[in-house]
Amino acid sequence: MGFDQYHEPAHELSAKTRTFARMCASLTEEAEAIGWYEQRLAVETDADALAIMRDAQGEEFKHFSMDLEFLLRRTPLWREIARGILFQSGDIVEHGEASEARATADSEPDEAGASDDRSDSLGIGGDAGSVR
Amino acid sequence: MSHLLRSHAPITDSGWALLDDEARQRLTPALAARRLIDFRGPHGWEHSATNLGRTDLVVASPQEGVTGLRRRVLPLAELRADFTVSVRELRDQERGAVDVDLASLDDAAHRIAVAENVAVFDGWAQADITGIVGASPHEQRPLGEEPESYPRAVAGAVELLLSSGVGGPYGMALGREQYRRVVETAEHGGHLLLDHLRKILDGPIVWAPGVDGAVVLSLRGGDFIYDCGQDLAIGYSRHDDEVVHLYIEESFSFVVASPDAAVALCA
Repeated sequence: MGFDQYHEPAHELSAKTRTFARMCASLTEEAEAIGWYEQRLAVETDADALAIMRDAQGEEFKHFSMDLEFLLRRTPLWREIARGILFQSGDIVEHGEASEARATADSEPDEAGASDDRSDSLGIGGDAGSVR
Repeated sequence: MSHLLRSHAPITDSGWALLDDEARQRLTPALAARRLIDFRGPHGWEHSATNLGRTDLVVASPQEGVTGLRRRVLPLAELRADFTVSVRELRDQERGAVDVDLASLDDAAHRIAVAENVAVFDGWAQADITGIVGASPHEQRPLGEEPESYPRAVAGAVELLLSSGVGGPYGMALGREQYRRVVETAEHGGHLLLDHLRKILDGPIVWAPGVDGAVVLSLRGGDFIYDCGQDLAIGYSRHDDEVVHLYIEESFSFVVASPDAAVALCA
């Protein structure tokens, strides 16, 4: 069993970060599987095999979406940026740039120092403390 | 504007940045519990209770032939540590002073970090929080007076967790005195005791002010859940010509899901 999803020594990472890394690895694997099925479907000629692989790819769509939703729920800024890009019509790149600008502006204190609870927080979360 | 009322304080953006950075630097090393347990959230100031998934039977229901259940939840508790900052010191910071007196903030940061550690490890009965030590069914074992005895005690705790079916890796919170002894001790051959203990645990050793002795616990996840509402933040109370009254605040609950996933080693 490999542990390559950890870029840093696992024992120095909090449980929260380890879970996050596992889900990122899972998301990557689901995306790869979707791509593989897409290629297989493009060259397969047997109707029964095609039906099975379409069904299997549908499973990967579901897995990918669940992984993504989990990660977005755990990462407010990512969620905010994604909200402005996903399920929108129009220019994807424009939506991306605009959404990033909105989300990052929202997370910084305004000129008066007033902002919402999240940006007023010290942002320590679950990764506090120095591991000795 | 949030409930922290920061925009009402006579503090500039750079002043807030100074205070936030100082608080973060003081809090981060002392928040030991967060390195060893599952941190969920922050869910925001409005988050008031943790779902326990449990119910109580309501004997009398509004209608005959109908039964009722009432959901049981764990209310979030709030911790708040007050401190002050001199208006003159803040003005001097604007002029470029680099030695701003933030002793009161430093003290408040330490107090609230210790309070959080104590609530998680020893419990906070008034807030219905059962700590890791109190919840553990394992009998407390002595850590020993001399640091040379620590490896045997820690290995015993790890073995106890293994024989209870609790897998690793494991981590250990060490009280201030015990931590000092560990980092200053080298075993035969010059090997650091700290490294030896890390190898036994296969996980981190954390400096934990507020803990008396040591607590060895599993880091496999899902055993100890810290449910955060408002994460640590600085808020504003009031000010006069000389002093700004501020506070550090957080809201949270703590649930032990697997009491047998920790062993306390008493000092």
